[in-house]
Amino acid sequence: MSTQNALFDAQGPRAKRLTRVFNIIGALVIAGIILLVLVRLERQDQLTWDRWAFLFTGDAWAHLFLPGLWGTLKAAFLAVVTSVVFGLVFGMGRLSPIGPIRWVCTVVVEFLRAVPVLIMMIFFWLWLGHTSLINPNHLPFFAVVLGLTLYNGSVIAELVRSGVHQLPKGQSEAGLSLGLSSGQVLRMIQLPQALVAMMPALLSQFVVILKDTALGYIITYGELLDAAKRLGAAHSMLQALIVAAMLFIVINALLTTLAQWLSRYLSHRVGVRAKV
Amino acid sequence: MSYFDQFSRLFADYDVVGAFWVNIQLTFWAAVFAFLIGAVVALMRISPVPSLRLLGGAYVHIVRNTPLTILMVMAVLALWTQMHITLSTDFKQNFFNFAVAMLSIYHAAFVCEAIRSGVNTVPLGQAEAARSIGLGFLPTARLIIFPQAIRGAITPLGNALIALTKNTTVAAAASVAEASVMMKKMIEFDSDVIFAIFMTFALGFVIIVIPVGLITTWASRKWAVKR
Repeated sequence: MSTQNALFDAQGPRAKRLTRVFNIIGALVIAGIILLVLVRLERQDQLTWDRWAFLFTGDAWAHLFLPGLWGTLKAAFLAVVTSVVFGLVFGMGRLSPIGPIRWVCTVVVEFLRAVPVLIMMIFFWLWLGHTSLINPNHLPFFAVVLGLTLYNGSVIAELVRSGVHQLPKGQSEAGLSLGLSSGQVLRMIQLPQALVAMMPALLSQFVVILKDTALGYIITYGELLDAAKRLGAAHSMLQALIVAAMLFIVINALLTTLAQWLSRYLSHRVGVRAKV
Repeated sequence: MSYFDQFSRLFADYDVVGAFWVNIQLTFWAAVFAFLIGAVVALMRISPVPSLRLLGGAYVHIVRNTPLTILMVMAVLALWTQMHITLSTDFKQNFFNFAVAMLSIYHAAFVCEAIRSGVNTVPLGQAEAARSIGLGFLPTARLIIFPQAIRGAITPLGNALIALTKNTTVAAAASVAEASVMMKKMIEFDSDVIFAIFMTFALGFVIIVIPVGLITTWASRKWAVKR
């Protein structure tokens, strides 16, 4: 990666010396932080092997981490699908030439984007419980997916709208001059290009969905954090939570890398600049 | 019972405003600390010093990919219960401080990226022009780069503030009695007016969040750098 940015110019001999000095100071600071954390952990007796051994047993993974991870991925995957559908419908609604449809979609999207996901999840969890439409065992799962869908669906609706707005005007004009209706132009000309351009941003939104499934822990959904907490309660909390966090970090880092790669790949292919 | 009666009953029976006040306090303190941490991390990430860049990059990548809920649970169950770290001698204040700390650490990563994207909006030619009229490093940074970078960062910083405001509800996982905890309690006791309760809290957040968004859009347009 080039260090070239507006703030720091190409360096001469004096600046290079300074950089070397700061580099050593920075390395010492990092080493100091790591040492401080380790000393603190050691004082609380957190570094002994039996505080970590339980993480490397088959039971911990077979009965807690893997089922928990499955709960997380299941909710995230379903929420991704439903959010994209919701986002497409409301994104197209916000682009509709018919006033009332556009207004309703705008109000719904702006409202849902402003309400915290947790508030929606708690509401659906308790409300669905009262309606007794759904098997009580599946309540938290549906509440998590519904909350995630409504929030992330509205974010995706905004992505769809801005993606279409960023297309060159000639695209829709060419479509209209061929005799297509405005609906056909949107469906056949604008949306396919906008969707390709918004792919990286969409993948970044999937990271948000995956992270927000952890909110399900608060409404008793059996996901990764919940599993880690139960394992930690039986053995050692800090260590179990660190493993859960690491699993999230690895999966999200993979998704982010994919988004960045896709953004670079697509920047050669589409007329509009794809952004992460 | 009319809707108006339902709402007035809810506000009479429960301290809804007090619950939202907790969220606003969380937002304020976390915004201050997140901005300070985020600015330092952003400076590290744009500096030419490899070790600092590594530290800043690692911070952002680790924190941004960790769910806030895990950080909150970690604060209470791992840092406080297991590691005996306390942030206040007062029992309730301790949870509040932990929530502020975790919100700050989490959102600092997004503040850092907002500031970095602001700096990236400044074209290289601006710095080259500053150098060519004889300005040194600090005058260039102070007079040319930062004024433009701050204006470019308004929109992403505003978005980070909105996300922070909504994420204060996650403090529920760190045992802070804020709006979402209050909503849960109200629905459990008065489930017959569940929609009125939900609308109260949903609209409460709409009232807080939408002005922030409008001000951000207005400010970013007013101070937009013409290029």
